[in-house]
Amino acid sequence: MSGRSLIPEAAPGVAPPRELVIEPGGMSLNFWKDLWLYRDLLVFLTMRDIKVRYKQTVLGVGWAIIQPVVTTVIFTFVFGKLAGMTAGGVPYPLLVLAGLLPWQLFSAALSGSSVSLISNAHLISKVYFPRLIIPLSSLGVALVDFLVVLGLYFCTSIWFGRVPSWHWTLLPVFIILALTLAFGAGLWFTALTVKYRDFRYIVPFILQVGVFISPIGYSTGVVPTWRHLLDLNPITGVIDAFRWCLLSDGQPFDQHGILTSVAMSAILTLSGLWYFRKMERTFADVV
Amino acid sequence: MAADIIISAENVSKRYLIGHNVVDTTLRDRFSRAIRNAGSLFVPGSRASKATKEEFWALKDVSFEVPRGQVLGIVGRNGAGKSTLLKVLSRITEPTSGRVRMRGSVASLLEVGTGFHPELSGRENVYLNGAILGMSRSEITRKFDEIVAFSEVERFLDTPVKHYSSGMYVRLAFAIAAHLEPDILIVDEVLAVGDAQFQKKCLNKVSEVTRSGERTVLFVSHNSAALQSICTAGIWMKQGQLVFSGPINECLAAYLRTGSRAADFPAPAEPKPYIVSVRVDPRALAEGRIMVEVAFSSPFPLSPPVVGITISSRFGQPICGSNGRMAGDSWKPAAASSGVVTASIDHVPLHSDTYRLSVYLGDSGMDYDQKLDVVDFDYVSPRFYPQMPPLQLIGPADFDWSWSLKAD
Repeated sequence: MSGRSLIPEAAPGVAPPRELVIEPGGMSLNFWKDLWLYRDLLVFLTMRDIKVRYKQTVLGVGWAIIQPVVTTVIFTFVFGKLAGMTAGGVPYPLLVLAGLLPWQLFSAALSGSSVSLISNAHLISKVYFPRLIIPLSSLGVALVDFLVVLGLYFCTSIWFGRVPSWHWTLLPVFIILALTLAFGAGLWFTALTVKYRDFRYIVPFILQVGVFISPIGYSTGVVPTWRHLLDLNPITGVIDAFRWCLLSDGQPFDQHGILTSVAMSAILTLSGLWYFRKMERTFADVV
Repeated sequence: MAADIIISAENVSKRYLIGHNVVDTTLRDRFSRAIRNAGSLFVPGSRASKATKEEFWALKDVSFEVPRGQVLGIVGRNGAGKSTLLKVLSRITEPTSGRVRMRGSVASLLEVGTGFHPELSGRENVYLNGAILGMSRSEITRKFDEIVAFSEVERFLDTPVKHYSSGMYVRLAFAIAAHLEPDILIVDEVLAVGDAQFQKKCLNKVSEVTRSGERTVLFVSHNSAALQSICTAGIWMKQGQLVFSGPINECLAAYLRTGSRAADFPAPAEPKPYIVSVRVDPRALAEGRIMVEVAFSSPFPLSPPVVGITISSRFGQPICGSNGRMAGDSWKPAAASSGVVTASIDHVPLHSDTYRLSVYLGDSGMDYDQKLDVVDFDYVSPRFYPQMPPLQLIGPADFDWSWSLKAD
């Protein structure tokens, strides 16, 4: 039933027009090509989300800073002072902030991409474009918020008298890793949310639990016995890698956690893409 | 597919499943169904929940071909599958079976201003909406000044569109759409909004590009006049199936000839005079006349039976009406307890549009029954006015005007 071979060649001298075949299951035929054709839309939707986020709030960028500052103060107090955990010679607030950075990037990207399809339902039911653009464009907001806090970290680090080392140059790699991890999971959740609205409540719950089972408020060095259990959480590796980049505290780079992260992000993204593409054709009918 | 055929649809069908036992919208439904079905393994014959699923074919074996440069009008009642067909052709939803082949770029306009964000400025929305409609950034930049000039909202370009009046909003949205340059343009009933003058500007723009013969347009509208003036061919959809395909005039005539413009009513619980049925004669309509037949029944003779009829615009605004009492001495029928009253207008002073009827029943002194807005019908005027302003501007009445000029 491919049908493509049945189409005669265009007449000589006439530029062959773009041929489009619409048939059951045909939506996936031009998947990657269409994604490329609609790349400008990806940029505009990303810009829309970013602009709207900062236009609608009175404090604007302030919100991106207040949240991590408050969390850092609380975690420093709870883990550093009350629990008396050590930071291996690093100022405790820096340790927390360096852990909070990847966590917030991940959690913002995951929650944003998870609700992306249903919050753009009006677009899906009225116009065609590659649906993958929607979860992709939701990552932009998370990244901008992240960059703001990264600037905050940089200032705080200088204030504590710590100059960044060459480890910083590897940071983009781990930013991409955190985003991929969130995107892979987000693909699953957003496609599932179209059909089962329950997932709107499941994702915030997972993230709430995640704050406690991820080493945000403490260093993985203080819990050697639980290390292997922690490594099962794919975020652990990313957080450790961020700390390695940002703190430059002479700790060796730990590969175990990062292997879990890389493997999990690959599995989630590939399977997420598969599931998303499988469900894509029904989005407009169900959403 | 012949060289000049640009759209070819073969046996396109689209099925929707209706019924809450089939489409689980929450996980709880899903789980509870799974548990019920698991239970049914032990209780033979209890696996009945699946049987409640109901199939609904929004499209059934629709086939047609559109040559390059054709402006194809799609007509049919609400729910006949027109919008589903456009959604399939726009790739918003997939067909359940069948295949459509299209040559060239496709843009669809199923709504005005899809994706406009109220918080963003007019300028930002031009880019966003343009990209959503399939334009590239460079294309939008190239046409930007033209779009803005067309929209007539230059002064408010940097104002968030939430502060726009609805007219400005629609003008900006249309201006973007009017500057799309796809090979195939799919348009759903969107020209029905906006102020009249701007609509005319858009229609002109559409006919301008279609006259060049390069653009193929699919156009859904309930406005017979608009269809007649811009379309060259038409297809008629009925209950998901294509029932007619041919020149637009024949298509509209065939569509308007159907006897669907009739309504029947049950007898009331307590015996009293009532309207049994209302019917607009399709053959008279096709000849440009309006003929309404009202059947009535009464437990006692009505002396005489009096029927009142009001014609309203599709927006419900009454245009004209009359009844047997107003006929005075010219109509003095005998008393009757059942029968059919026929009223007709031979020279109909109306433009082509959709109209509604309300019907009343009474006798010389009293009204007994009324049926408001019971029948819709499309009236196609035999008169043709090139470059007629839209009806929102001039109203539905079409009188015989006399003109004179006293030049100095």
